Amino acid sequence: MMAQLDVRNTIRMGLLAGVVAVSLSMIGMVEAFDQRDVITDVFSLGQLLLFTAPAIVGYMVVQRGKVKAYGPALFGGLIAGVFAALPIFALLILTLIFPNIRAQLVNVSPTLIGILAFGNGQVVGGLLMTAVMGILGLLGAAIYVIPDRIGNPLILGLGWTLLVGVLSEVLLNILRPLLPRAVLRFLFGTKGITFATAVILLILITTGIVWWQEKGREQAKARREAMSSGQQKTRRQVSLGMGLILLFVLPLILGTYLTEVVDNVGLYILMGLGLNIVVGFAGLLDLGYVAFFAIGAYTVGVLTSQGGLGVGHLSFWVALPIAVATSTMAGMLLGVPVLRMRGDYLAIVTLGFGEIIRVLATSDLLKPVIGGAQGVLQIPKPEIFGFTVIQPQHFYYVILAGVFLAIFLSSRLRDARLGRQWMALREDEDVAEAMGIHLVKTKLLAFGIGAAFSGLAGAIFAARLSSIFPHSFNLLISINVLSLIIVGGMGSLPGVVVGALVLVGLPELLREFAEYRLLLYGALLIAMMVTKPEGLWPSPVRRRELRAAEEETAPQIEQVG
Amino acid sequence: MPLLDAKNVTKRFGGLTAVDDLTFSIEEGAIVSIIGPNGAGKTTFFNCITGFYQIDEGDIIFDGRSAKGRAPDQIAHMGISRTYQNIRLFSAMSALENILVGMEPRLHSSWLGAVFRLPGTVHEEENALAEARELLNFVGLGGKGDILARNLPYGDQRRLEIARALASKPKLLLLDEPTAGMNPRETAETTHFIKMLRDELGITILLIEHDMRVVMGISEDITVLDYGQKIAKGDPAQIQSNPRVIEAYLGRGAAASATIQVSS
Amino acid sequence: MAQRFKDVDWIGLFLWLFRAAIIVLVLWGTVAKIFFGAGNAYSASDWIDFFVSGLSQGSLYALIALGYTLVYGVLFMINFAHGEFFMSGTMTATVFIALPLSASGFLDRNPIIGMLIILVVAMSISVGVALLTERIAYRPLRRAPRLVPLITAIGASFFWQYFFRGLYGSSLIPFPELQALQGKFSFWGVDILKTRAVVIVSSVIMLIGLYFFVMRTKTGKAIRAVAEDKDVAALMGIDVDRTIAITFATGAAMAGAAGILYGLVFRQVHFFMGFVPGIKAFTAAVLGGIGSIPGAALGGLFLGVIEAVGPPLFLEGLGIPGGHQLKDVIAFTMLVLVLIFRPQGIIGERLAEKKA
Repeated sequence: MMAQLDVRNTIRMGLLAGVVAVSLSMIGMVEAFDQRDVITDVFSLGQLLLFTAPAIVGYMVVQRGKVKAYGPALFGGLIAGVFAALPIFALLILTLIFPNIRAQLVNVSPTLIGILAFGNGQVVGGLLMTAVMGILGLLGAAIYVIPDRIGNPLILGLGWTLLVGVLSEVLLNILRPLLPRAVLRFLFGTKGITFATAVILLILITTGIVWWQEKGREQAKARREAMSSGQQKTRRQVSLGMGLILLFVLPLILGTYLTEVVDNVGLYILMGLGLNIVVGFAGLLDLGYVAFFAIGAYTVGVLTSQGGLGVGHLSFWVALPIAVATSTMAGMLLGVPVLRMRGDYLAIVTLGFGEIIRVLATSDLLKPVIGGAQGVLQIPKPEIFGFTVIQPQHFYYVILAGVFLAIFLSSRLRDARLGRQWMALREDEDVAEAMGIHLVKTKLLAFGIGAAFSGLAGAIFAARLSSIFPHSFNLLISINVLSLIIVGGMGSLPGVVVGALVLVGLPELLREFAEYRLLLYGALLIAMMVTKPEGLWPSPVRRRELRAAEEETAPQIEQVG
Repeated sequence: MPLLDAKNVTKRFGGLTAVDDLTFSIEEGAIVSIIGPNGAGKTTFFNCITGFYQIDEGDIIFDGRSAKGRAPDQIAHMGISRTYQNIRLFSAMSALENILVGMEPRLHSSWLGAVFRLPGTVHEEENALAEARELLNFVGLGGKGDILARNLPYGDQRRLEIARALASKPKLLLLDEPTAGMNPRETAETTHFIKMLRDELGITILLIEHDMRVVMGISEDITVLDYGQKIAKGDPAQIQSNPRVIEAYLGRGAAASATIQVSS
Repeated sequence: MAQRFKDVDWIGLFLWLFRAAIIVLVLWGTVAKIFFGAGNAYSASDWIDFFVSGLSQGSLYALIALGYTLVYGVLFMINFAHGEFFMSGTMTATVFIALPLSASGFLDRNPIIGMLIILVVAMSISVGVALLTERIAYRPLRRAPRLVPLITAIGASFFWQYFFRGLYGSSLIPFPELQALQGKFSFWGVDILKTRAVVIVSSVIMLIGLYFFVMRTKTGKAIRAVAEDKDVAALMGIDVDRTIAITFATGAAMAGAAGILYGLVFRQVHFFMGFVPGIKAFTAAVLGGIGSIPGAALGGLFLGVIEAVGPPLFLEGLGIPGGHQLKDVIAFTMLVLVLIFRPQGIIGERLAEKKA
């Protein structure tokens, strides 16, 4: 059966893509991201954002119709691309009719119009845009039509090349001390990678993937199979060891600024691991999780501060366990009232708790203790064996230790009886109870342990910043943490790390993101839930089960023999 | 002394009396059925026994102790376990894990033991795992331990649910329509299996069932409920000829001329 | 076994003490205020002022709460993004209609027509955003576990907040002042700000209108049928998807209208304006028994009044400094208390029956 191109659907999807592109322009993303070139002097991140829409929609219309013939497919892509340009054209005309539209739509600036019209007048620019988007739609369709064997590697190659371009600043920072200047100048332009780099990368990656598909995979598999199990084990250990060494020398490679970013990611991983126990393992949706972060931070703040609010002037290492214990207690205490609540009610009540704690922290009521809006100042840096932890590179190791501890605890508990109890609770609370699980104890342990990790993160946070203010502990933190564990994969430990890297790390590297971070989180939450609810890195089939399966099949074979 | 002795149990929801002054007992080692039309209060009675509902009046004595006012997890620890009419497995957990959760009342290790891998905890977990695998083999699910419960075929899910209930080594097993949705062959297998549970493991069994072939085939004693009240009690032969039972099932008009058909 | 009994009792005791402590605090504060004159001294007209401002605030909560209640009644889901429906219509109508109309003088010349145009635009935008959200973020997840749509709702909420922040900027946008609504009405010697009176009266009219819409019209009956049982409603020939969309649209229209009234009272709009009123309106819906329309109305008014009267009454009575800062704490505490102790709401019984 010959697949048909549905023209009406093509037009509709093209227009939809155009609406997305024009929305991105109107909310200022295109302009903000235009500061960063992906490929120097060729196109910027803002344009990338704009042009992804027609390319993707060109691909999608032919994919949906399974159009494999060149003629109709390319035509379809072209149509979709052209229609994707129409809303932008409309916006340009609108700016022509209402030159003062910026009074309403603050981000429809002359700069934006310049970007959309390629520096020309609105009409000429609009026509140009239509042509460019039409071609991009056509190219998108072309990628679908060429054989998958080459098409898929090409998509991956494009993706990676663009990613390298987007992150060129970071790469440049890392590579600067390692490579001679002439090489750097060849690879990197003023604000992105050079065109030459892009072409080389694209060819290298694409051919690499094609080679891997055709030959490499087989060879690697053959080599793996040739190895004894002992060798395989050694190889795994070696790569694990190398990974650990890399983690330990990371701050030396990254330098101060990037280490600071990594520290931030680390704190979020720590919080994510805690919330993962509560939400991912036990299925208790807690939206007030930031409260325990705040309690940990304020405990350390008040106990160690050299300022007026300081009580006890303890050392960080004495205050740390107290902070963790306080958070744990708070977690269990706030857990008690919600024990009998389920799902969405629990979420709203915990949100209420979080807000109450934030408002109390800001209010005059507790000002004598925790400083109200002025916060707690002069929190000393931790000292260890006469060495003061000051630099982000130093804090890196403190955070790393915390993350390792949290991962260790999480994985041990997950594989144990308590982990099973949590999961049963998450699956079906009534049945779990009927199977003899003590709900109160199980839930409170989840709340307590989850809060402990968050308290630990808060304690480190306080010492790192030397001063804490109530506005650092708002609902958005809870939402960030929730987003990262959902995007990573609920209940999955590597998922937390991946989620934090993607949702916290990337936006910090691309500062333009800052303003649109929550917009993207929101879109991501919806997209993940609708298309991939298990997350980017779903919790793996637990090793114990695999082992069990091996042992189960083994005796059967013996019986046969 | 009966294993389970329910005395004048009453459960109300607002104006509706779901279980009405029901007195009911099971001797140890018996297979007993509760039958009745839809909405007769059978499952509600199960929920009362297992502590999911708190009873309004009466008392339930199990194994010499009152079960009234106890939470479901405490009832499980006393030695009662159950299955559900609409299978309620932990669907995103593996078959093996489902059974391990069913073993809860017999496990004692603490979470701290798990963190430090204390010998006692490790030992208990190993034993539990071995036993769970044995149980899987026993119900004919050997080798399927690492499949997620939701990915098992329907019949396997039913069996897994029974295995999960058996994992706590209960004294009394409550089965809520164990053959619902099964074809005649599966039904016969399950009937045989239930009988074997009693004969080989010595577990007392109370079941709710609609399939009269199952009920009449294995029950030693049958109680018929209608509108929450006990309208008949007796062995299969007595029940089949009881006019009130026929009336409850078939309506008043049919009662005069019909008996419950038990075709094989 | 006896020990196990004890810890269940501990929980009960803890909850009981928690409740008792709050009641004692509120009573103590009230008594201290009324009989011993703790804190500032207020005249009778001050108290009336607190009360009326509470009523007008509360009627806004009531209008927003309807959206929560309607959607919860139909889908058993907390539409976390509802506050954003409220915000989106209001901001759009303010930026594109209210401000230009006011600048050209049209609004002061024809205040009623002008306000009606603004209202219609706000309501339509809110409805549009709601329908879009429902279509993209909720409809595909109708059979998913209950937490999943809640998570997408949270996602939608933040998405819309920052989307509209991008469109209209992050600064406060002034809502035009109507000359016709300046000054006070005087009823039996009690002065009431005109804006407040208008807000209260128009809210009550809309609440009554909505009640009749749901109870009397065919569409309203379809909504109630879907709320009872989606499958049966579908068998009866009701288009469930469409009815759910209408439910969202109805709630969003009320929220859009509430937003314009909010603009009249507070004279400024902002991309974050939906968040706190949203949560408070949810509190109101829960107070009145979620799923019940009169409940949402009464819950909203009750919450508004407690928030306005509470700080000067019992918080000052307790000698707590800066009581007005703790306004939100009162609302959130009410939310927590109600959900813990009376999840069926103060006046509602509906949900309790449904659960049984």
